[in-house]
Amino acid sequence: MADIFSALTPAEWDAVILSLRVASLATVLSLPVGLVLAVILARTRFPGHLVLDGLVHLPLVMPPVVVGYLLLLALGRNGPLGAFLERTTGLVLAFDWTGAVVAAAIMGLPLMVRAIRLSCEGIDRRLESAAGTLGASPPAVFFSITLPLMLPGIIAGAVLMFARALGEFGATITFVGNIRGATQTIPSAIYENLQVPGGDPAALRLTVMAVIIAFAALLLSEALARRARRGERR
Amino acid sequence: MTLSVDIAVRVGDFDLETCFESTGRVTSLFGRSGAGKTTALSAIAGLVRPHRGRIAIDGEVLFDRDARISVPVHRRRIGFVFQEARLFPHRTVHGNLIYGRRRARGRRWADYDEVVDLLGIRDLAPRRTAGLSGGEAQRVAIARALLASPRLLLLDEPLAAVDVARRNEILPYLETIRDRLNIPIVHVSHSADEVMRLADDVVLIDGGRSVASGPLNDIFAHPDVLHLTAQLDAGTTLEAKVIERDASGLCHLGHPAGTLVVHDPALTVGATVRIRIRARDVAIGVGETDGLSIRNRLAARITAIDEAQPPFVDVRLDCAGDALVARITAEAARALDIEVGREVTALVKTAAIGNRDSD
Repeated sequence: MADIFSALTPAEWDAVILSLRVASLATVLSLPVGLVLAVILARTRFPGHLVLDGLVHLPLVMPPVVVGYLLLLALGRNGPLGAFLERTTGLVLAFDWTGAVVAAAIMGLPLMVRAIRLSCEGIDRRLESAAGTLGASPPAVFFSITLPLMLPGIIAGAVLMFARALGEFGATITFVGNIRGATQTIPSAIYENLQVPGGDPAALRLTVMAVIIAFAALLLSEALARRARRGERR
Repeated sequence: MTLSVDIAVRVGDFDLETCFESTGRVTSLFGRSGAGKTTALSAIAGLVRPHRGRIAIDGEVLFDRDARISVPVHRRRIGFVFQEARLFPHRTVHGNLIYGRRRARGRRWADYDEVVDLLGIRDLAPRRTAGLSGGEAQRVAIARALLASPRLLLLDEPLAAVDVARRNEILPYLETIRDRLNIPIVHVSHSADEVMRLADDVVLIDGGRSVASGPLNDIFAHPDVLHLTAQLDAGTTLEAKVIERDASGLCHLGHPAGTLVVHDPALTVGATVRIRIRARDVAIGVGETDGLSIRNRLAARITAIDEAQPPFVDVRLDCAGDALVARITAEAARALDIEVGREVTALVKTAAIGNRDSD
């Protein structure tokens, strides 16, 4: 087991580190978006509610390759959004690791929104009206009552997103390709190694790394969730 | 403080129309369960929006439909103690207590130590809310509301969610708050006992409407609503002073109309207490009343005789200024020549007084 770290080749390390970077960034960046979407879906009713709900969940039911291709069409250098982005900010997402972050975030968002939304719907709203009678304005009620009570759901949502981002393959490989040292994540590295003769040991090493990372994330989330449940403020 | 309420509220398919003015220290909205009392409190607090009317405290308008004024809940400075304690589960007891206190900066009148000691919850402060008993949780909720330094405290059947034993644990705290802190209280209850012990003014609510309001004894002796209060087993109250406790443990109370003997271990000599006497526990004696086991005899004059549900009549009595109602059979009233203006003796069994949780 200790050998696994020294046995990894520099290219494999690149894939591991890129995977961690993509999954972490995708989680952190989509957290505010997911939170806002979850609260809107849980708390409000408006004409486009069902459509918004459907759009958020679409990546969950579509083939990942289709999502990746749609991203390429929209955000590729010739796509309308992609061309606009390049013109205004110089940022090119397609075939770049930043594009992998976008792909992972979109694929993981439904899972994150579902978990957070459930926790929001589970909150006893009578606690919020009690807070109002104690002088807390609606924003203060949200930050002092609603958000802390949603915390276990937020943690669960973040972990689901992280795990989904780590495993993301179809949309990623379609949108950003499989360029060693640039856009190659753990799943695409495993895939590449399985395509060449004698690549099995490398695929196995990467698989072990994937298991270790996933398990560590699970343990961390469980520890955080316990603290959130226990960690009342004084 | 003057609270004036004149509103119509619709919650679901339930309509409430209520109009009352309260100047007393404690005003009780009294009526059967489902009569709309809680809805009235929620409207005062700003948790539900009336579709008509006006709510004002000391001339400051909190709600006026026609003027399109509706002060949001958090700016009304009205404390609310709900039927369930509604403590925040992610905060300790102390965290709950200071929640509103922090937001009351600049207009704080409630002193943390005083309130915490009044409600006897100092030892609970570091604890989590999940481990509290129903009575403890409700006391914390009351303290939390007080520590937000409200100008008015609303109590929504604060004893409904706790059992009978716990009620007697909490009621004295409510009396202490009423007597020690200078805060007006509007209280909702279907328990006559609770209302009798706490209220100065009563608003009687029936079928989504306030049918009468005024000082406690005026309402409970009021002929128009007697049928309602009698159904609620209300009775009337006498204020008397505890003179002595005799060797057998009975307390002797002085009242201008006579001496009352009650059994209540909680009474202290020298205190003025409110004694609730229900109409069905009062008998009437004419002339000499020797040879009776009933020790409590109050000089009374008959002020009215009202038809109650047959075969009963309600005889209203004036006992040195305090109202008392005796429910007797119409046949007995005829046999004793009961008529308005006659001097009689009101008889009340000691065992019928001071039973604090008869409902």
